[in-house]
Amino acid sequence: MKSTLLMGALLAAVTATSALAQAIKLADVAELSGGGATVGTNWKNGIDLAIEEINAKGGVLGRKLEVTHADSQSNPGVARAQVQKALDAEPYVLLGPGYSGSVKVTAPLAAEAGIAQIMGGEAAELTQAGNKFLFRTSFGQQSSMPKVAKYIHDEMKAKTVAVVWVNNDFGRGGRDVVVKELDRLGSKVVADLSTEAGQADFAADVGKIKAANPDAVFVYLNEEESARILKELKRQGVTAPLMGETTLIGQKVIELAGDAANGARGHVGLTTDAPVDLIKAFREKFSKKYNYVPDHNGLKGYLAVYMVKATTEKMGKVDPKKFADTLHGLTIKAAEEPGILMDVTFSDTGDIDRQSFLVEVVEGKQVVKQVLPKVN
Amino acid sequence: MSNLFDLVIAGLATGAIYALVAVGFTLLWQTSQTINFAQGEFVMLPAFLMLAAMHAGAPFWLAIILGILLSMILLGLAFKLLLVDPMMRHGVLPLAIATMALAIGLKEAVKQFFSAEASPFPSIVPTGDISILGYSVSLQSIGVLVLAILAVGSLTMLLNRTSLGHQMQAAAQNPTVARIIGVPVERMILLTFLINAFLVALASLLITPIYLAKFSSGEVLGQAAFIAAIVGGFNQVRGAIVGGLLIGVLDNLAAAYVSTQYRAAVPMIFLIVVILFRPQGLLGRAEERTV
Repeated sequence: MKSTLLMGALLAAVTATSALAQAIKLADVAELSGGGATVGTNWKNGIDLAIEEINAKGGVLGRKLEVTHADSQSNPGVARAQVQKALDAEPYVLLGPGYSGSVKVTAPLAAEAGIAQIMGGEAAELTQAGNKFLFRTSFGQQSSMPKVAKYIHDEMKAKTVAVVWVNNDFGRGGRDVVVKELDRLGSKVVADLSTEAGQADFAADVGKIKAANPDAVFVYLNEEESARILKELKRQGVTAPLMGETTLIGQKVIELAGDAANGARGHVGLTTDAPVDLIKAFREKFSKKYNYVPDHNGLKGYLAVYMVKATTEKMGKVDPKKFADTLHGLTIKAAEEPGILMDVTFSDTGDIDRQSFLVEVVEGKQVVKQVLPKVN
Repeated sequence: MSNLFDLVIAGLATGAIYALVAVGFTLLWQTSQTINFAQGEFVMLPAFLMLAAMHAGAPFWLAIILGILLSMILLGLAFKLLLVDPMMRHGVLPLAIATMALAIGLKEAVKQFFSAEASPFPSIVPTGDISILGYSVSLQSIGVLVLAILAVGSLTMLLNRTSLGHQMQAAAQNPTVARIIGVPVERMILLTFLINAFLVALASLLITPIYLAKFSSGEVLGQAAFIAAIVGGFNQVRGAIVGGLLIGVLDNLAAAYVSTQYRAAVPMIFLIVVILFRPQGLLGRAEERTV
């Protein structure tokens, strides 16, 4: 009797240990401090929320998900070191970083290790380098900027445009595509202003915009700097309509810029204000858990985990080596996997095709003005 | 022309804040040979103290008072007693390094206990424009400029026109003789630390609505104020004022008329030129210490 009990206890311990060992390990490297803290914190919280949901429903193929978070301090050098450390632990999939500059320096490491990397960067060049392991969670600039330029030219009827951008990989990438597209459409760039990441004082830059007297201003900065320039544009009385991307009209920007954000417009690949039921439900769950309204980075982190789930279930096994091959060309439908929120298709380069939105800030709130359909 | 006028006014407003912080640099150097490399973080912290008070339910005016008082206790009294006094015995360099460590500690503490993200901060100056000489000028710039000038003006009056100010000057110029003639040197030194804490709290109140409350916002300010103090003359309060205003205007004009990409380099180049041709600073005096 005693020996049977002992055997039973031993068996239970072994089973528990193997269940623990079977957890699918994900590694996240994100901007948890520094200039990108808003980006990274939203991304991380989105990941945690998705993992909590998936595990509560029994995990992926019966195995729980586990994630480790590391802070890149918004610094590409630190990001590279953190990704190397994360890869040494042999994760199933690498999540992050969010900043394009950090993605650029870490992507070769993940590719060399043969680990798929699902990241938040939007610089056009990221998926154009032939990396077979890199996947986006949002539009690359080569997909979004032509839509932005077309809107400035066709809808805003702007013949002259001032372009202000942040001098990093993200800003330069967006600026190059939008300037080229504006030129092709026949809108003239009358001011082309580069600014620094972390810049606090925009008086001189806005002075130059004011002097150029454009029909529209295209603002392409990170969130905090967007808030500062919006305040300065208002302070100096610039009345030309403002157009940007998600970083101009995000929740954090609206919170920081206050009234100055009103009237700003942006093309948004992902927004928590989208008129999509699944996104509304996500927003509610996120706000309830973290006590604040997430921005698009929260959505990106959440989607990254559901990309892992859908791809793994498609394969029917947990195979890090085949993960990237399976995700290439895969279409995930929200009707089959609600966590993916909107139907999405991944190209052979890791780019995505999904519907997007044109948003305006009205009285401190994002209002979706147009829904742009999925291309294919 | 309107653009130039606006740039100069905005530059003067930012420069006035640099001046407040730079004056603190010179005060501490004069009275206790403290080079405070945490001065930028000293500007960052009061805004968070005020925000914490507001989160606890205090109205803005009360949060300002509490923030200034707490700053004077933490960044004035505690800074002197717990860091400067014990480290001073080991020389200027260990103390300077200790202030660098303090800067890192303050940033990390704010990140840990508050947030790594930026927070909005209310402005005590109303937004909007007023017309001066036919030019439209931002009320916020004017308000910041006026408040900073008032603060520095009052400090100069205190130092030059009152008995207390004369005692502080005596304590700075020759502590030994000052002690012999009955000046309470230690108390005078403590007073300069409290004045510095008040100035940085005021600078924090004025700059944070523009820069946003963030743990790292002191880095730029500390560096600009340090350059301003050296350019103006590290051993003269009036030098720090001129240096601050000059750097503020120069930075704005450089961004507008030289290059936005190289704007940060222009004050540095100016600093090098000043050091090469007038090492004591524009208004500084060689080999002399006075407040």
